[in-house]
Amino acid sequence: MPSMLNRFIQRAPEHFLSRDQIHEVRAGRRGFLAGAFAAAAAAASRASAQGAAAEGDANILNLPPHSKGLGQPVAARGYGLPSEWEKNLQRRESPGLTRIGQASVSFCPLQGLFGIITPSGLHFERHHQGWWDIDPSKHRLMLNGSDDMMLKRPMVFSMDEIMRLPNVSRMHFIECGANTGMEWGNAAVPTVQYTHGMLSCSEFTGVPLRALLELCGTDFKRAKFILAEGADGSGMTRTIPMSLVMSGEVLVAYGQNGEMLRPENGYPLRLVVPGVQGVSWVKYLRRIEVGDMPYGAKDETIHYVDLMPDGLHRQYTSVQEVKSVVTSPSGGQVLLQKGFHNLTGLAWSGRGKIRRVDVSVDGGKNWTQARLEGPVLSKCLTRFNADFVWDGKPAIFQSRAVDETGQVQPTYSELRKVRASRSIYHNNAIQSWSLEENGEVKNVQV
Amino acid sequence: MSRFELHRLSSPSFVLAGLCLLGAGWAHAQPAARQAALAEVGRTATPAEIKAWDIDVRPDFKGLPKGQGSVRQGEVLWEAQCASCHGSFAESSEVFTPIAGGTTAQDIKNGRVDGLLPGANQPNRTTLMKVSTLSTLWDYINRAMPWNAPKTLTADEVYAVTAYILHLGNVLPDNFTLSDANIREVQARLPNRNGMTTAHAMWPGKELGGTARPDAQGSSCMANCKTEVVIKSFLPDYARNAHGNLAEQSRLVGASRGVDTTQAPVAAGSQPNSAPAQAGRALAAPEKIATAAPATAIPAAASTKPAAAGAASVMPLLQKNACLACHGMDSKLVGPSFKDIANKYKDRADAANYLSGKIRSGGQGVWGAIPMPPTALSAAEAAQISQWLAQGAAK
Repeated sequence: MPSMLNRFIQRAPEHFLSRDQIHEVRAGRRGFLAGAFAAAAAAASRASAQGAAAEGDANILNLPPHSKGLGQPVAARGYGLPSEWEKNLQRRESPGLTRIGQASVSFCPLQGLFGIITPSGLHFERHHQGWWDIDPSKHRLMLNGSDDMMLKRPMVFSMDEIMRLPNVSRMHFIECGANTGMEWGNAAVPTVQYTHGMLSCSEFTGVPLRALLELCGTDFKRAKFILAEGADGSGMTRTIPMSLVMSGEVLVAYGQNGEMLRPENGYPLRLVVPGVQGVSWVKYLRRIEVGDMPYGAKDETIHYVDLMPDGLHRQYTSVQEVKSVVTSPSGGQVLLQKGFHNLTGLAWSGRGKIRRVDVSVDGGKNWTQARLEGPVLSKCLTRFNADFVWDGKPAIFQSRAVDETGQVQPTYSELRKVRASRSIYHNNAIQSWSLEENGEVKNVQV
Repeated sequence: MSRFELHRLSSPSFVLAGLCLLGAGWAHAQPAARQAALAEVGRTATPAEIKAWDIDVRPDFKGLPKGQGSVRQGEVLWEAQCASCHGSFAESSEVFTPIAGGTTAQDIKNGRVDGLLPGANQPNRTTLMKVSTLSTLWDYINRAMPWNAPKTLTADEVYAVTAYILHLGNVLPDNFTLSDANIREVQARLPNRNGMTTAHAMWPGKELGGTARPDAQGSSCMANCKTEVVIKSFLPDYARNAHGNLAEQSRLVGASRGVDTTQAPVAAGSQPNSAPAQAGRALAAPEKIATAAPATAIPAAASTKPAAAGAASVMPLLQKNACLACHGMDSKLVGPSFKDIANKYKDRADAANYLSGKIRSGGQGVWGAIPMPPTALSAAEAAQISQWLAQGAAK
């Protein structure tokens, strides 16, 4: 078989032929090969070399092997995997952003995701000192006070014990404070994966932290802040206000999308702090301390601080403000056809529910209200859709979200007017994608 | 509590009552029996356990252990354990953001770093330009440094390294000894101690003052919102392929494909096979059945690391042990490139053994002043990497 292939194609890239196509070759259909070659040489063209266009589609006229053979048995793969055809969607690093993989970030391929839940294997990663796969039987959670009066009883829980307590499951987005940070000054990266991909959304299962504090006999009159601390090398620490904990929203979570957390996302235990930037969602959570003042951790007072035009840094900037982005059509894509397209994207706010999303196809001159797809949940991604009929002319796509507090997502000029462009963090400006006449979509700022 | 009582507790009405209270502070107004059962989950932490884990140091220095360390002790430690990543003067941006630099005597006086003002032309915002609480520096070094062996420094060593960093920023003289007794005086000399604010709306509570209304507000305009749309920023053509071929980063089925960024953009309609031209033809001739091209399955993500077939065998080891932080395949970073190492020892018969020892014990002086710290590789791992180096560090 290889020799037969070589007769036609000398330098075929790996995987040039699918299993089905190889089957065709085996069957001696050289005409098919010529067609495949021509088609592969011109991306997104029609397979017209079969000379059968007038009769109909060869994919219909010639029954494929999967219609005429026996497929695979049940449980061939004990933990299922995506299709072989879906290998292109991967979490990826942005070249040149960091110098070392253990203190880096991988971006979620938002351009290819549907609905609002992120597949756990594509969830964005942000590690500060590398990730670990921790033996859950050896993991412990400690709760203590900043002084002896803060808790009646400092406590230790094993995973077995935490998982025995009453739990809740809630869908929330998690967004890194630095998401879209590369775009503060100018358009810098090509696709929505790199502009907005430090964003994911999952159903998390765990115990409300408030319930654990109640078991410890916390002095809620004096307790104003908690410190969350990780068990990894970085020993990540962040301060979280007690008022947010008392709302019942903050979870000590072990479940994600029906399975345990993935190691890259904090297995076996992480904090879930809805609406707050991801760095507060401490992974490999080992300790909660209850105190009466903020802790001044490195990642809230030296990093994750936002530089303002007056040279002051904002500290303890935690809430992810109202934001949205069109995920398709988006940068790096090329549209295959003129005519009808579904324009789709995501909206979210760290302050509650999304109330409304408007979309523009002319760079923000005119806006149309998009359809919000349910469920619309608090501090969770919301999917929006709108109709777009492409006439072949250039267009610039934008989306603009409004949350239930009434905050409207700002344009770049509205945002830079108050914060200039050196903040690094909390860039929630309206994103523009420019569609050109050749069908190519590019990242631009207007 | 007897098993019988437990059984009674799980009667349907009780379970429902419990569910209604979940998330609404379920320790209040719930049957005492349920509370008692819950209170038996978990155990009291021992004093020794709390001492082992309660390592945080607050801005008021609560939690700071007693101890001391001098600038000179810090210098010795720095060269041995820190300089390889951060540079001899904590100025390096090779691996991480620089720690020292960009602060002046005037800043120390004012507690505000002028280099943070617009137009100050500072290439980096260093740690000393930003840090406002000395506890933060001490705490972070203590919990997370050195990079490859965190939580291995003694309290005195943390004092010494902290003192040395402050000396590099001219905050402390070279004969200073930092201790728990004088750390508050040093806090009062931090260059950016007054450079922070919590006057914003991004803290999810009222504990820090802040502002009620977000500072950046968009507009709700729906029609004729601007007269013209000007593209002010776009990616230059030379950066087209900077993130790899986008055709390989998009799904192979749907309304669009990834753009082949290895090729220049096509002019609309100029190429018979450009998608819209194709689309145009399909629209013009509806009797023809348009089919998407048979997609070629593209292999998994191209790594952005300098990985290659020959290096594939050792790449997991190089990544796991952070070797790539200091060594590039072909380029000098903090240390020499793997290619340069391979070339230097290519004629040496015992190259594999020699390099294996160097990889584990570290060294200094062969390639320059910056030392390589000892590593935690096993003999087998070091042998595998040195073997690859001795054979030419093939890609």
